[in-house]
Amino acid sequence: MKRFRLRAGRAAVSAVPALWLLLFFAVPFLIVLKISVSGMRLGMPPYEPLFTWATSLVLDLRIHLDNYAFLWQDPLYRNAYLNSLRVAAVSTLLCLLFGYPLAWGIARANPAWRNLLLLLIMLPFWTSFLLRVYAWIGILKNNGLINNTLLALGVIDEPIVMLQTDFAVYLGIVYSYLPFMVLPLYAAIEKLDMTLLEAAADLGCRPFRAFLTITVPLTWSGIVAGSLLVFIPAVGEFVIPALLGGPDSLMIGRVLWEEFFNNRDWPVASAVAIAMLVLLVVPIMVFQHVQGREGAVR
Amino acid sequence: MSNARPDQRTEARQDTRAEPYVRLERVTRKFGDFVAVDDVSLQIRRGEIFCLLGGSGCGKTTLLRMLAGFEQPTSGSIWIDGVDVTGLPPYERPVNMMFQSYALFPHMTVEQNVAFGLRQDRIPRAEIKERAGAMLELVRMREFAGRKPHQLSGGQRQRVALARSLVKRPKLLLLDEPLAALDKKLRQHTQFELINIQETLGVTFVVVTHDQEEAMTLASRIGVMNHGEIIQVGTPTDIYEYPNSRFVADFIGSVNLFEGRLVEDEPDYVRIASDELGGAFYISHGVSAAPGAVVWVALRPEKIQISREQPEGDGDNRIAGVVAEIAYLGDQSVYLVRLASGRQVRVTQPNIVRQGSAGRITWDEAVWLSWDATSPVVVTQ
Repeated sequence: MKRFRLRAGRAAVSAVPALWLLLFFAVPFLIVLKISVSGMRLGMPPYEPLFTWATSLVLDLRIHLDNYAFLWQDPLYRNAYLNSLRVAAVSTLLCLLFGYPLAWGIARANPAWRNLLLLLIMLPFWTSFLLRVYAWIGILKNNGLINNTLLALGVIDEPIVMLQTDFAVYLGIVYSYLPFMVLPLYAAIEKLDMTLLEAAADLGCRPFRAFLTITVPLTWSGIVAGSLLVFIPAVGEFVIPALLGGPDSLMIGRVLWEEFFNNRDWPVASAVAIAMLVLLVVPIMVFQHVQGREGAVR
Repeated sequence: MSNARPDQRTEARQDTRAEPYVRLERVTRKFGDFVAVDDVSLQIRRGEIFCLLGGSGCGKTTLLRMLAGFEQPTSGSIWIDGVDVTGLPPYERPVNMMFQSYALFPHMTVEQNVAFGLRQDRIPRAEIKERAGAMLELVRMREFAGRKPHQLSGGQRQRVALARSLVKRPKLLLLDEPLAALDKKLRQHTQFELINIQETLGVTFVVVTHDQEEAMTLASRIGVMNHGEIIQVGTPTDIYEYPNSRFVADFIGSVNLFEGRLVEDEPDYVRIASDELGGAFYISHGVSAAPGAVVWVALRPEKIQISREQPEGDGDNRIAGVVAEIAYLGDQSVYLVRLASGRQVRVTQPNIVRQGSAGRITWDEAVWLSWDATSPVVVTQ
């Protein structure tokens, strides 16, 4: 009896997230999947129903895979996917490059300062993400903060075009996602036993080599977690390329938006979304695998 | 202090005329206002086991870390085998360290850990494998070569750490509390193993420890530290039998300290009157202090005889008292004897006769304490 109650309690606790995932992930996903294999039509809703009654007794099921074939054939989508992956990969590397020293500095700072520094890392979250990206427009535009300052100082004669370039997109993504890189890195570095680095130095290992052979392997879980936390949302990023990028910085999130709202082609838009999801599941599974292995070692 | 005393182990392992191998010259290390190591000059000979002994915060670890190169002296210089290493980073010193926590690399196997130091020196692979294997053989860990550190017991990790720190054949091996993480039985066993390995390889050891028993067993010489200063350097026998201060006498082993006044000071003996004792000490060695000066007499508990009968002879070096407390420790018993002055004296006697036999001294008995004229030591500071 007691045992049963225990099991019931456990089931109740795990039912909450399970229900959440069912309602807000599985059901919408199935709806999108359904739309992605439907045919397009003009009207409301702008797609054909999957099931129709051919006669009063025969149920007619029509699956349109041509939406996916269309994605594959039209270079626009392929380029958008590839470009998204490239932008996300470069941004992830940049975040790692800036984030690692930052996380190291915080983890090795005086304990009294450490919490304050962490708070500063998280401080930007107190303002809306959208507002912060808008603010960059004011900073980067031709008569924005940077150009006006440089013009006033006489460093340049005409404004440097920064807004609506790839540079602005990278800047926006790195700026927005850096905290997601720093926090897992901090957690990993903070756990690193500094006497291991002393032991390495004592055994004749120079600092840079010690970094590669001791520090990187032992903070690998933080590197992987931070990279995925930046990479995955960066692939599907819509706001930053839309606001800071130029017309040629084609990313899949923007294509999705245009397909959905401008072309009103819901089936193709859904197919784009499903393809993106599949594209992202691969790195997530890699992450899970690495985490699982780490768990086994410790 | 240089009287020949029968201490064969010490004599076998050191040559007193040898040139100093490691030399610290007026080394000071400050952390802000705190002086961790205060003007220490020290000479360590080739092939000896030198112990730095002291309580926590006495500066012994800072001194060790300066030898390793993890800390830089605020002033002073450090020489190893005739080379000034003061400014050298750890990875350029011919010194290796065995860390208190062992600091084994958790993501590497035992063999990779031991080979790590050799791999830094661009030694051919075959030679690395051979030397790492030989070192693992020496510490009897060869069969565990493929394990990761978390799969080993504490004693096994300690042996891997030792192998890793010895594999580069350092000129000097530093050991930070090498046995602190082991349980008592294993510790006693490992102490002798360490000495054996040291004698096999001939490497100079500097050991930091707070455990005086560990220092006494391992060391050929001990440096006792307090408040960043070295108080006394000497063989274990010197330190125990001839402490130069109340601090050393009290820190090493247990001791009865009596405050007294120098009443007779001759070249071959002194008499010291002590109110605490309620009598006088007659000590058969001279002291360099002014007559009438306040001195302290250190008397080890095991050097006191306890008996019911009044000892024969004249009146010094004896005192009557009452047994206040007895602690039976198996191999020996500790007696706390209260004197007429109210002072309690600690006396230990080996239990030659089986406990429970008739005729043993018991609680509240009136007893006489007596000691030899060579037993007490006079300390002036």
